[in-house]
Amino acid sequence: MTPQGEPLVTLAGVSVALGGQSILTGIDLAIRRGEIVTVVGPNGSGKTTLMRTIIGAVAPTAGRIARAPGLRLSYVPQRLAIDPTMPMTVARFMNLPRRRDAAVVAAALDRAGLAGLQARPLSALSGGQMQRALLARALLNDPDLLILDEGTAGLDQPGVASFYERIEQVNRDTGCAVLMVSHDLQVVMRASDHVICLNGHICCEGTPESVSLSPAYLGLFGGAGGALALYRHRHTHSHDDGQPCAGHGHEDTA
Amino acid sequence: MLDDFMLRAALAAIGLAMACAPLGCFVVWRRMAYYGDATAHAALLGVALSLALALPLFPAVIVVALVMAAIVAGLAGRQSVDTMLGVLSHGALAAGMVAVSFVQGVRTDLSAYLFGDILSVTGTDLALIWGGAGTVAALIAWRWPALLLSTLSPEMAVADRIRPRAEQWVLNIALALVVAAGIRIVGALLVSAMLIIPAAAARPLARSPEAMVAATALIGSAAGLLGLGAAFRLDTPTGPTIVCAAVAIFAAVTTLGLAIRRRPA
Repeated sequence: MTPQGEPLVTLAGVSVALGGQSILTGIDLAIRRGEIVTVVGPNGSGKTTLMRTIIGAVAPTAGRIARAPGLRLSYVPQRLAIDPTMPMTVARFMNLPRRRDAAVVAAALDRAGLAGLQARPLSALSGGQMQRALLARALLNDPDLLILDEGTAGLDQPGVASFYERIEQVNRDTGCAVLMVSHDLQVVMRASDHVICLNGHICCEGTPESVSLSPAYLGLFGGAGGALALYRHRHTHSHDDGQPCAGHGHEDTA
Repeated sequence: MLDDFMLRAALAAIGLAMACAPLGCFVVWRRMAYYGDATAHAALLGVALSLALALPLFPAVIVVALVMAAIVAGLAGRQSVDTMLGVLSHGALAAGMVAVSFVQGVRTDLSAYLFGDILSVTGTDLALIWGGAGTVAALIAWRWPALLLSTLSPEMAVADRIRPRAEQWVLNIALALVVAAGIRIVGALLVSAMLIIPAAAARPLARSPEAMVAATALIGSAAGLLGLGAAFRLDTPTGPTIVCAAVAIFAAVTTLGLAIRRRPA
């Protein structure tokens, strides 16, 4: 799918500082209806902060965020930090914050491979089941934009593959845009319309094909691609001084 | 009938249990136990202000509790919340006790505010306690789904156009009301016990958040009545005896739960 749809969320020159420390600088990006955008970057590169800023949980210190009027967002967190003192069944969770028809919930659980688990406590779900429950709840909202933060953390390899297949299927079937953060470069790249490489600022971006051929990308991921390359990803500069970093280089360690 | 001091005390205890039930569950789920403690301790400064300036007790306590909540919210992120609450809690408790000592003739009454004096509850107190309980129940029922989702995940709540910080204020206001209602019954030192212990006891009995609130209300009421009866019979201080009853119920439920889980299925 080419990025021709109307923009759902547009960031213009967005910077975010938390506790006086600059996390994101000069982010320009647009997420259009129906496209799959993936953000990749090393730990501490501001990926989660970028998600939280787009959702509206963090206010930018500079720049503007425009959201399409009436935009329906759904967010799938990295994990659910449910306190063991809180009793919460799968069905009750599906009905938050709005009550849903029992048949709608049953159908959603069915599609997520969680049929008949309505009465199961959330704390008794496996990592994969929890991930599918989170996604099923997010989709009940019929979102225009689905945001996934490290949606596959804690899943094994087949679990990761089927999770992304499900995301692609949702994107095809409902036309909802997807913004995801991930470490699983190879799997993610195949599914994405647009890839953004983040390290406090946008290092490079484009279609997976153009990004994979760009010198910046090859510098960042050592030309090999794949998850292992992440560990060889070293930046020759730091952003601690808050200086703009146009024209910097990345050390090619491949 | 309402002239009977034991009946008034029983109604006060049940009223407090009703006010504590929905809030106590959130205090436990959100790990706000220390926050509840700090608010209750700060309330003693409200007691001192009310005595010194001849202000009504209920609003003075509520205002001090809300000011403390505002300070905590304002300083959040600068210091660890734990440390900040420690400073505010003990600072307010100490300042309150010092301030009370300046007020003539109150020194002997101080233990009534530290440990409560449920047997001297008046009809007006009862109206305030039940009014407070009703307001807390209405506030939390109104924000219920938003509060639950904010507790599970603030980000998921924001994505659903809920503002977790505003929801936190719903709980802050409820906490101020509960502390003001509880200070006459179990006192500033033990009011947060009535928030935490019944909710903790109810946890193994509930499979949904709503059921946990209901079980908490029942356990809190039972603890109130049992403690009241025991204090009357044993001639012990009422507030601490009520808390002891709550702890006994917690211990019984927990032991029973462990025994059931150990039994081979």
